[in-house]
Amino acid sequence: MNNDIKQKNIKLLRTLLLVAVAMFGFGFALVPLYDVLCEITGLNGKVEGSAVKEVVYTVDKDREITVEFMTSLNESAPMVFRSEMKKIKVHPGEYYTVNFYAENLTDKIMVAQAIPSISPGLAAEYFKKTECFCFTEQTFKPREGRTMPVRFVVNPDLPKQYKTITLAYTFFDNTKTQ
Amino acid sequence: MSAVIAEHDHHDDDHAHGPEKGLLRWIVTTNHKDIGTLYLVFALTMFFVGGAMAMVIRAELFEPGLQFVEPQFFNSMTTMHALVMVFGAVMPGFVGLANWMIPMMIGAPDMALPRMNNMSFWMLVAGVLLLASTLFMEGGAPASGWTLYPPLVLQTGKALPFAIFSVHLLGISSIMGAINIIATIFNMRAPGMTLMKMPLFVWTWLITAFLLIAVMPVFAGAVTMLLTDKFFETSFFNAAGGGDPVLYQHIFWFFGHPEVYIMILPTFGVASTIIPVFARKPLFGYSSMVYATASIAFLSFIVWAHHMFTVGMPIAGELYFMYATMLIAIPTGVKVFNWTATMWKGSMTFETPMLFSIAFVVLFTLGGFTGLMMSIAPSDFQYHDTYFIVAHFHYTLVPASVFILMAAGYYWLPKWTGHMYNEKIGQLHFWLSAVSVNILFFPQHFLGLAGMPRRIPDYAVQFADWNMISSIGGFIFGASQLLFLYIVIDTVRGGTGEKVSDEVWEDAHKHGLEWTLPSPAPYHTFTTPPTVIPTEHI
Ligand code: HEM
Ligand SMILES: [Cu+2]
Repeated sequence: MNNDIKQKNIKLLRTLLLVAVAMFGFGFALVPLYDVLCEITGLNGKVEGSAVKEVVYTVDKDREITVEFMTSLNESAPMVFRSEMKKIKVHPGEYYTVNFYAENLTDKIMVAQAIPSISPGLAAEYFKKTECFCFTEQTFKPREGRTMPVRFVVNPDLPKQYKTITLAYTFFDNTKTQ
Repeated sequence: MSAVIAEHDHHDDDHAHGPEKGLLRWIVTTNHKDIGTLYLVFALTMFFVGGAMAMVIRAELFEPGLQFVEPQFFNSMTTMHALVMVFGAVMPGFVGLANWMIPMMIGAPDMALPRMNNMSFWMLVAGVLLLASTLFMEGGAPASGWTLYPPLVLQTGKALPFAIFSVHLLGISSIMGAINIIATIFNMRAPGMTLMKMPLFVWTWLITAFLLIAVMPVFAGAVTMLLTDKFFETSFFNAAGGGDPVLYQHIFWFFGHPEVYIMILPTFGVASTIIPVFARKPLFGYSSMVYATASIAFLSFIVWAHHMFTVGMPIAGELYFMYATMLIAIPTGVKVFNWTATMWKGSMTFETPMLFSIAFVVLFTLGGFTGLMMSIAPSDFQYHDTYFIVAHFHYTLVPASVFILMAAGYYWLPKWTGHMYNEKIGQLHFWLSAVSVNILFFPQHFLGLAGMPRRIPDYAVQFADWNMISSIGGFIFGASQLLFLYIVIDTVRGGTGEKVSDEVWEDAHKHGLEWTLPSPAPYHTFTTPPTVIPTEHI
């Protein structure tokens, strides 16, 4: 191989290696991109991670929405977790409080985090919570059981086609990672 | 440039001499033919290793109930079978062909970066050995399926970091291989070998190499995130920490869909090389083949979520990915049309390479059809994660990529070894394979439509009959491949004993530069570039 071609080969090698490294970075760039995309489009049923201020809406007494509650445990976390009611009929604009009960079944202190999800995903932005145990990690004493309220309102702007909203919580045992 | 000057140019290059003696030759070699041979032998070995795992799977599924293996081990088998076949057999198989054939097809003396070539082969071996070693670790090999979805994959035992590191090695190896191929094609072509005169095998590999560089690093990134999630308390995919497991699926399939085309594009290239020779006609629609390959490669970046129709995407997303996926059927259809038109009114003969290539055209199209069925988002809810999809991708991989690797073996073995393979046994191998592959995979469509999920060691009795038939097909198919092993060994040791000519196949020299070289191809070829460029394939 003459030197001219050798030089060209090395140059191309450098450029393409750079492309490969850039694509490795692109893989990581997908993480924030994904979140941004979900936020802009409201996909994914992601809900606000912190409380919203209680604002007063005009209550729409003519409309009834069914809100369903689901509870589950991640990787069979050693807990009891249930909601006080399976579902509730609500009027958009009115505030409601529903209690959830969680209990630590171990003899050790437990730190757990509840992650909410709403479906249909596009309804998530109309579901507002002013109080929720999911906003922070919850610490349970050994064998402690606790009742925890969730206070929410369905924004009256909720498009007409939505008649049922499902709010699902999964409790993750985060004790190990502390 | 005279031959004397050419000799001087080569003086400081170690590959200007003959091969080293003994075992060392294979370890330190930088010769593209040696490295091609290494890749091909390695791929064939892994084909049998992965095949043995498939036999475990089919034996367990022969009857309902648990017969031979534990569910955990069964799941390790499906995972390892896929990883070994994809990264150990099919991809290295085509890299081996690229190493052997690309320099000979474009009139270059060797690959552009010979030392890196040697490195990428040995890194591949290290990666696959590391992967195989996870079988013997506490907690067993990964059992999450080859897609390595969290959170399931994070429950892997001691093997997890080793499996991830092996993915890194395999990724680096194929990226280096891809860079080498691009550099060879861009910088080493003989004068007069313009891009649009290159054989399609070279074209498809050029495009595949770009796909590899673009997506292998993304996969490496995804598994790195798995690693940090597991050991360094990040939460990329951990919902408890604000992450999202669905994100992994997006990143994985951004790699994963182009990856399936990385396995099929060189397949297209070999088929486009073989069919014209045995139809004794130029390839129909050369330039449309090039453009179709390029558009398939482009589209492969924007359809990934058709693997995720059931994750709860909004309707707009479902529709977009549905239509985008359907678009792929157009350039693919162009290709199938061109192969058929090439054969149309040709003076066809049916030697083993041609038989495998024709079976490829027919059976790949069948796999494409089921792909099209699954691209219909509402229908895919029924097909997803059932045996229907298992049938789909096996039709696009086994009687397509694997058959074409076999065809390539039969087609070029006489050039590589200087010996003719035994045509009778070759044809027997073909017919056994072509019939049994359908007994093996066709019933899986029925199983999937009836609702049998994939990746399970046990199943409801209603699925018993088709599973037994499928397993029988599997055993015949597996056993038939031993014939191929026999033929390869036999051909290397002298084959039929008949003297093969330089062009081997009638008029093949019009189709590719490799047929203008002596058989067997000497250790160094085209140290001075060829002057006449064949154009029959255009
Ligand atoms: C060209 C060769 C092809 C190969 C190697 C291939 C391979 C695969 C593989 C491996 C999967 C399964 C992924 C998994 O869940 O583990 C898959 C799924 C799929 N393929 Fe293909 N495919 C090919 C062609 C096509 C074509 C031409 C189409 C459509 C026009 C298509 C559409 C699909 C769809 C929609 C799925 C998702 C199915 C589901 O998960 O429910 N494929 N393919
Ligand atoms: Cu795909």
